This record gives sequence, C-alpha cells and structure tokens, in this order.
Amino acid sequence: MKLVYFAWVRERIGRPDEDVDIPGGIATVADLVRWLKTRGVEYEYAFENEQVVRAAIDHVHVKPDHVIAGAREIAFFPPMTGG
Amino acid sequence: MNATIRIQTEPFDAARETDLMTAGRADVGAVVAFTGLCRDEGGKLSSLELEHYPGMAEAELTRIAARAEERWPLLGLTVIHRFGMISPGEGIVLVLAASAHREAAFEAASFLMDYLKTRAPFWKREHLKDGTVGAWVEAKVQDDAAAERWA
Repeated sequence: MKLVYFAWVRERIGRPDEDVDIPGGIATVADLVRWLKTRGVEYEYAFENEQVVRAAIDHVHVKPDHVIAGAREIAFFPPMTGG
Repeated sequence: MNATIRIQTEPFDAARETDLMTAGRADVGAVVAFTGLCRDEGGKLSSLELEHYPGMAEAELTRIAARAEERWPLLGLTVIHRFGMISPGEGIVLVLAASAHREAAFEAASFLMDYLKTRAPFWKREHLKDGTVGAWVEAKVQDDAAAERWA
C-alpha cells in the first residue's frame, strides 16, 4: 500500500511517500497509525499527537475509525492552512 | 453549471476571470469575488510557501464546489488556488460566485472559503526576510468554527 505524507508530517518522517506491506490485523486508519509508530522514532514524532494528524484514503478525508481495506493510497497530513 | 477549478503556480487576474465567467450571457445579476492575498506580516515575511496534495486538492475543491451548487442557485463558480512560493502582495486564492441575485453569490463565496480553508489540502510555511525558514502556519480554531456554521 502507498503511504504519502505532507508538510510537517512529511518532514518528521523524513520522506514524502513509501510503499509498505501492512501486516494482518491492521483494520483501520487508527490501527495503521499505531503500527507505524512501532517502526521508529521518526513515526513516533510525526504521530506524537494522534488526534492532530489528519488522514485521507484515495483523496477523500477519513476519520481514524475508517477501514483501510481496498485503499490504494493513504495520506497523513497536518490540519490544512490554505486559502 | 460547470465549476472552474484550477491549482496553479502562476498569478491569477480576478478581473479577467470575472470577464470569462460572464462573457456573452445576460442571466447573471451578481458576481461576488473573494481574493486572498499574501500579507508581509509587518515586513518580516519574504515569501509564503504553499504545499499541496496533487490530485486530492483538485478533488476536494470539486466536492466543495458541488456542495455549493446543491445549496445555492449558482450560475457560475470559479476557484483558483496557487501553490509554490508566493510573494507579499500577490494573490493566493480566488473564489468567484455568480448568481441571479446577490444573496446566493455572497453566501456561496463565503461558504466556499470557509470549507476550502478547513478541507482543501494546502499547507503554508513562512520564509522570513532574515533568510530563515519559519514554522508551518498553524490551523486556527476560528476557521473550524467558521466552517461549522454552514452545517
């Protein structure tokens, strides 16, 4: 599955995107975040305040309890500041 | 009605976009234009960096435009948002809403900006005149409150 990161989430993780093999038992966006945080201090740092980081699946905003089955691309990013 | 949605690095011309929207038609009675500009923050800002999520930015603006069309009798809608490095004084975002009467145009333009600010995937970072790269701009609680008033 492709993961993409933006703004300070991208900077904290240290890469703009990556392809990951997600282990079984990871059902939701929140599960995915918990698993990512086990992969290194950079992920712990990026997701240190989990409720701040937003997620999108295939270009659509989703909540943490959203299931990730069938997703092609999951994005993580800070609250938006455009306009 | 087909909304015009553009994500671009180049500056935009609000007057030209208004002319394009209204040329050759006589049914439009009101066009409300909102232009968001880059402030210099009291002289300390050299430029604003705008990062976006290609693909999702267009998709989300299209969804927001569709919601506005469902809610108000619009005759035209244009949303242009820039990305990249933007200098103080330059435009960042343009929203044009056209309708037969002013109320729908005013409300739709306001709704579009409130939703765009909280839902369109863009992020700002300040570059300062002293050569340092400032922090990512933090989202404002007031922006969430502004979007919620349309719920």
